[in-house]
Amino acid sequence: MNPAAPAIELRDVSKRYAGSPPVIALDRVTVQICQGEMVAVVGQSGSGKSTMLHVMGTLDQPTSGSVLIEGIDTSALPDDRLAAIRGRRVGFVFQRFFLLPGIPTIDNVANGLLYTGTSRSERRTAAEAVLDRVGLGDRMWHRPNELSGGETQRVAVARALVHRPAFILADEPTGNLDSASSASIMDLFHSLHSEGRTIVIVTHNESIAAALPRRLHILDGRLERDVRGSSGC
Amino acid sequence: MDGSNATSVDPRDADVSGDLVTVELARSDQSALNGAIAPSRLRLSEVIRVGLGSLAARKLRSVLSALGIAIGIASLVSVLGLSDSSKSALLDQIGALGTNLLTVEAGSGFGAGDAALPGTAVATVGRVATVEATAAVYSVGVGVYRNDLVPEDRTGGISVFATDPGLMGALNGSIAHGAFLSEATRAHPVAVVGAVAAERLGIRNLDTPVELYLGGRWVEVLGVLEPFALAADLDRAVLIGDHAAETYYDVELAPTVVYVRVDEDHIDATRDVLAGTIDPENPEEVEISRPSDLLEARSAAESSFTGLFLGLGAVALLVGGIGVANVMVIGVIERRGEIGLRRAIGATRAHIRRQFLTEALTLASLGGTVGVLMGVSVTYVYATTQGWRVIIPTVALVGGLTASVVIGAIAGLYPAIRAARVSPTEALRSD
Ligand SMILES: Nc1ncnc2c1ncn2[C@@H]1O[C@H](COP(=O)(O)OP(=O)(O)OP(=O)(O)O)[C@@H](O)[C@H]1O
Ligand SMILES: [Mg+2]
Repeated sequence: MNPAAPAIELRDVSKRYAGSPPVIALDRVTVQICQGEMVAVVGQSGSGKSTMLHVMGTLDQPTSGSVLIEGIDTSALPDDRLAAIRGRRVGFVFQRFFLLPGIPTIDNVANGLLYTGTSRSERRTAAEAVLDRVGLGDRMWHRPNELSGGETQRVAVARALVHRPAFILADEPTGNLDSASSASIMDLFHSLHSEGRTIVIVTHNESIAAALPRRLHILDGRLERDVRGSSGC
Repeated sequence: MDGSNATSVDPRDADVSGDLVTVELARSDQSALNGAIAPSRLRLSEVIRVGLGSLAARKLRSVLSALGIAIGIASLVSVLGLSDSSKSALLDQIGALGTNLLTVEAGSGFGAGDAALPGTAVATVGRVATVEATAAVYSVGVGVYRNDLVPEDRTGGISVFATDPGLMGALNGSIAHGAFLSEATRAHPVAVVGAVAAERLGIRNLDTPVELYLGGRWVEVLGVLEPFALAADLDRAVLIGDHAAETYYDVELAPTVVYVRVDEDHIDATRDVLAGTIDPENPEEVEISRPSDLLEARSAAESSFTGLFLGLGAVALLVGGIGVANVMVIGVIERRGEIGLRRAIGATRAHIRRQFLTEALTLASLGGTVGVLMGVSVTYVYATTQGWRVIIPTVALVGGLTASVVIGAIAGLYPAIRAARVSPTEALRSD
């Protein structure tokens, strides 16, 4: 871990899916996400946004090129080391939330620490703190089916935060939410950003993207445009 | 000389040392990474908690699939338990009756019909040194009826034998009601009724005097017998005194069966000499058997049934195992999203594999435990109603639990491997 290194760096990353014709989901993408940045990834459906996010979070491996997480080259790492990076350095948020049914909010959040070997009571303590942070201190013992869509997504964000990741990767986090809930989730991300967190958000929503300091435009797997106020890490 | 030796290095050595440098570098690189990010880790208690949680979230399905295993194990345990309990009951019975009883009959070889032993048989057998006791029954050849109105051909399959008071001692028999023949009643027109015969003749007790119409003459019933374990023929018979038979029925006393109690240590030797002793001229006409052998054969026959039932139980267990595997495979397909999420929050493939394996093992061992309990209860209840001592063999308990764990491991292995192979990105994309 190199504190000066970018949080995420893609070097000439391509992702091909074999088949006829083969799909090139990512085409020689080179990009750096700096510590503390907040970045939108935009592009048409099928352009490779989710693929890029998964590759950034080591959930998927590129066909060629390399992915550096905090300066560590992940190309040659075995499954368990990649899992460790995800479990400790990356926080994922998905459009479809993926809370485990039947277990209370607090444990769904605490699960963010499940594969770090933290004890259950420590996990719950951390989960309580994060739930307070996202404004769901009063929903600890609700089950997922007792929460609104916006609340559910805030629980998922809390789960992505609970292990203090180096960065958060969110794949259309507001895709399933109405505009009010979307706004509250985006407010949450903005305030996390102002606390210094690194956040990458895939979105279809023009106004959401426009509100972010940096936007990566993806077209057919290529990084078409990188729009930002300032340059360099 | 030494110096030149040192410079002439084998090229293969050079290769090896080159490799070593590379390996060294790779290792330090790796350890730098190890230092950077601690590995993913799922505590053992969490493995179990996660497994149980997943099962609890699908209670009905879990219970049903565990039930399959439970039924298989229950049948195995109860078959083993019941077989051992009944065998021990049989062996207890044999032990109580003694294995040293021999029965001697006239061979049914050539002389058809009323074959009988020589009249001197009882006396000659009694003179054999290793014989402890003898008794004989003599076929009387008359019918016995509840009263004189019953048609003569309706004997109810009951035969009439004459005997002496020593019969009870030789056969370890016991009396249900009344008394057996004694020296005093041996010559009187009285009868003792076997257990089955009493039932057929409708004699429940002797609270009021009972008379039977035996060979055209009324005789009083002196006693009713308990069943003879080693002489079932006598259960279907009415017995009268040998002297009375001579007096009232004009019977010549040639023994039909001689019962011989033999010194435990010389059973086979005695058996070998008996025939020659009884009928030196035609020893092959004399048939000697050991009734306890029949009981032992019965126990052996029950064992072969046990094998059959064990086979059925094993099939039930197999079906139960397939049920668990089925539920697990369905679970892997249904829970792709969960698998993807777990991978995203840091689960390794091994963690996923372990989770699914734990679920299968938990299901199966839960089923196994319930099955063992069910099997023990079935054995207990049935053995108790049969009046058997309850015996649960350890092999059934240990084997039942082991079998369920093994089945669970086998049933869970394939689904677990499949779950671990699920691509997290595809799992998270799919609905
Ligand atoms: N397992 C796969 N095999 C073959 N092609 C795949 C596979 N997964 C994704 N793709 C293809 O890769 C391309 C990029 O997919 P990706 O999910 O990254 O798009 P996206 O930009 O996230 O789209 P959306 O906005 O609809 O979510 C698509 O054309 C998709 O069909
Ligand atoms: Mg997508």
